[in-house]
Amino acid sequence: MAILDSKVPQGVPLKDKWTTYKDKINLVNPANKRLIDVIVVGTGLAGGSASATLAELGYNVKAFAYQDSPRRAHSIAAQGGINAAKNYQGDGDSFYRLFYDTVKGGDYRSREANVYRLAEVSANIIDQCVAQGVPFARDYGGLLDNRSFGGVLVSRTFYAKGQTGQQLLLGAYSAMNRQIARGKIEMFNRHEMLDIVIVDGKARGIIARNLVTGEIERHSAHAVVIASGGYGNVYFLSTNAMGSNATAAWKIHKKGAFFANPCYTQIHPTCIPRSGDYQSKLTLMSESLRNDGRIWVPKKMEDVLAIREGKLKPTQIEEEDRDYYLERRYPAFGNLVPRDVASRAAKERCDAGYGVNATGEAVYLDFKSAIERYGKEQAKIQGISNASKERITELGEKIVEAKYGNLFQMYEKIVDEDPYKTPMMIYPATHYTMGGIWVDYNLMTTIPGCYAIGEANFSDHGANRLGASALMQGLADGYFVLPYTIGDYLADDIRTGKISTDTKEFDEAEKSVRERIDFFINNKGEHSVDYYHKKLGKIMWEKCGMSRNEEGLKTAMSEIKALREDFWKNVTVPGGKDEMNPELEKAGRVADFLELGELFAKDALERNESCGGHFREESVELDGMQKGEAKRDDENYAYVAAWEYKGEPGDAVLHKEELEFKDIELKQRSYK
Amino acid sequence: MNLTLKIWRQKGPKDKGQMVDYQVSDISEHMSFLEMMDVLNEELIARGEEPVAFDHDCREGICGMCSMFINGEAHGPDRGITTCQLHMRMFKDGDTITIEPFRAKAFPVIKDLVVDRSSFDRIQHAGGYISVNTSGNTQDANALPIAKEAADKAMDAATCIGCGACVATCKNASAMLFVGAKVSQYALLPQGQVEAADRVLAMVNQMDEEGFGNCTNTGACEIECPKGISLENIARMNSEFLKASLKG
Ligand SMILES: Cc1cc2nc3c(=O)[nH]c(=O)nc-3n(C[C@H](O)[C@H](O)[C@H](O)COP(=O)(O)OP(=O)(O)OC[C@H]3O[C@@H](n4cnc5c(N)ncnc54)[C@H](O)[C@@H]3O)c2cc1C
Ligand code: SF4
Ligand code: FES
Repeated sequence: MAILDSKVPQGVPLKDKWTTYKDKINLVNPANKRLIDVIVVGTGLAGGSASATLAELGYNVKAFAYQDSPRRAHSIAAQGGINAAKNYQGDGDSFYRLFYDTVKGGDYRSREANVYRLAEVSANIIDQCVAQGVPFARDYGGLLDNRSFGGVLVSRTFYAKGQTGQQLLLGAYSAMNRQIARGKIEMFNRHEMLDIVIVDGKARGIIARNLVTGEIERHSAHAVVIASGGYGNVYFLSTNAMGSNATAAWKIHKKGAFFANPCYTQIHPTCIPRSGDYQSKLTLMSESLRNDGRIWVPKKMEDVLAIREGKLKPTQIEEEDRDYYLERRYPAFGNLVPRDVASRAAKERCDAGYGVNATGEAVYLDFKSAIERYGKEQAKIQGISNASKERITELGEKIVEAKYGNLFQMYEKIVDEDPYKTPMMIYPATHYTMGGIWVDYNLMTTIPGCYAIGEANFSDHGANRLGASALMQGLADGYFVLPYTIGDYLADDIRTGKISTDTKEFDEAEKSVRERIDFFINNKGEHSVDYYHKKLGKIMWEKCGMSRNEEGLKTAMSEIKALREDFWKNVTVPGGKDEMNPELEKAGRVADFLELGELFAKDALERNESCGGHFREESVELDGMQKGEAKRDDENYAYVAAWEYKGEPGDAVLHKEELEFKDIELKQRSYK
Repeated sequence: MNLTLKIWRQKGPKDKGQMVDYQVSDISEHMSFLEMMDVLNEELIARGEEPVAFDHDCREGICGMCSMFINGEAHGPDRGITTCQLHMRMFKDGDTITIEPFRAKAFPVIKDLVVDRSSFDRIQHAGGYISVNTSGNTQDANALPIAKEAADKAMDAATCIGCGACVATCKNASAMLFVGAKVSQYALLPQGQVEAADRVLAMVNQMDEEGFGNCTNTGACEIECPKGISLENIARMNSEFLKASLKG
């Protein structure tokens, strides 16, 4: 049995671990770095920042992305912001507090030492991005502005309007451009990694398909970094970009990388509700809206019905007839409770029949009081006495527009309603995956020389991810962590020389990739790839979604297996293989999701506790202050579930990394 | 809704390509344009035909990938949006819709509606960055205050999604709005000053090399730009360019 060694430095206090570690690792001499190649799969925030920094250090980087430009990676879509413990606001923030909030928010299922390191380097990220010209929001004094995000009590989130991910990614992309121009990064756009190549037990290359010509290519390197993002699209409908997929992560899993906590998915509370069968994806409304928006449903069932029938407008419902259920249930955090809590509470109200749209799956997010509050404040600032109600609204709307304008516009385009005048409708949707490839403190997977960073790994978020922390983790891994830890490994490779692609390992990997493609092209089945993806998504959402139970999970496992078998018999992929063929690309990705989905259900079944993003119906607090809330079981489940591939996903073997909390006391998570 | 679609089909870069007619029915007005295309593609697959290849990813107007030319307009009717944000409520039952790729010499067609926009990347390689080491040993972010107005303006320029609608829409296939936005973002920030002259010269040079046409101030780009990038950025680029040329 493989042993999971987290490699967390021992014998030093938490706050000194990273510094001590850096002092002790092996370094590669700059002249020798030129002799070393590194492959980076993915050019989102994690892969983009890693590529740029590794190239800056002197390594030869080959970067791959399935889009036509690194600038289009899924990270571009992140809206709300990025956390950093700068304490610019003087509201009591510190490394420790960011660390504490993150561990608590993750329901004590993340690795303490990784999270502390993340908090520590967070401040550097902001300095770095500002130096690169990222136009973060500023106040009138010219200093950086902050906002707060769900699950915390300080303002530590840096933002660039509602386009923070875009600006951070463009920053990383510009750093990449500089290295591309210098010839230190070779960029492979419209290329998809389809397998990893392992030589003498070490990751030494990949097989990729050129998505324009269909050519199958071999690429070798001394190390391979997987930065391919998350697997939320296993649900078919999610807030992820359409092309986001699990293929790179799944392929390395099949060759020895353990997959950790696959069942940890974040269901985000503020998305635009789904409408019809044709729908291809869900749209997120940034959580930052919860800073100013209040969430409610009507108190009276007759109001709910009248609204659904279109006889009543939400604006006509009196204050006392509204149930601001988050403020009612969680007075300390109110609308700013963490995502899992907000999502479950919305589902609870809708399951109880109070949903406000036709499908009964929507609650209101209302800006009326914020507009009024800001309007009055502005009237004062501008010295307008006796401002009329209309004038106050106008002034208030301006402020709200400055803060969230693009989000409001996006909502209006999709729903065809003006959110300044009438409350938005929102509902939870699959958003982010906290599970992923298991990595040690070095961010190395269980395959030597293969690393995983960003959303593709599992390490920092535990069972729930707080807002604005994914961007932070992606950039921390790419700019500041991996560039050190990978050097420690590569120091042994300075005499290895170029890795040949003319070996039996490359032959074999290429052969299996080709066989699979040939199968798809030649199989004359009767159903499209999307047909299967949608069916898989339905099973996942219904049985492995926000709440789960033993029976449902067992059924899910067998249903997914049966669906997978049918897929391999009856799928059809039109077009050829030696050309651009989007259906062929999708087929490979969905085939992988059909395996991952089953492991997901298996992991959820095994974890008989409610924690973070997932609610196990059998595990709920029965009495006391927390009655009805999720019940975590630290005695039996304070571990990382790392799965080893053994053929069928159902046969995967579980390895446990017990989690230690030396600096934090495990407490019940209360936001009351 | 029932619609007739006239779609450009082109098997590969060297193929001649032609318009082909398709019928779709039962299209809901709540669908996005790309969802309507998905419906068409599912029907084509069911009939054993090849689906229409088109570029898309985020489907929320931010990645800049989707790139259709619809009824003679980049990203179709409606303002300030990309194709993925276009909704079928903009059309009516019985309409005929013409769908073509973004056409420009610097954007060769790869297949059907998919074009190659890597020329934009090459312009960025030429100088679309601030030369700073990514080591994290940078000064504290608040050590350099930046006036809110400058930061906001830089942000406005920086919101360009690199979609190429400006090029596709311009009768000269000029990339001035895109390059202007990039140049402006850095020109407006103090961090970018040191290499400002080199940057603008290199980027403009590369733009010309890629085969983009010249700007004749028609302003169509600004109208079709999904992110409201204003012509002001072209003016700023021109003055930066002039300044840099005089210096050189
Ligand atoms: C709508 C939305 C809003 C969000 N808002 C926030 C926010 O406000 N704050 C926050 O902290 N987080 C936010 N997130 C989460 C955050 O954006 C992501 O977790 C993060 O950007 C992931 O970055 P990444 O670099 O790990 O992966 P990605 O950005 O997903 O990049 C993946 C890369 O891998 C490539 N790739 C994938 N598979 C392959 C393959 N097989 N071969 C080659 N290339 C491949 C892709 O081309 C891409 O370049 C948001 C997410 C969404 C969807
Ligand atoms: S300037 Fe506007 S139209 Fe041109 S690439 Fe940028 S966002 Fe697209
Ligand atoms: S698909 Fe991303 S902008 Fe349209």
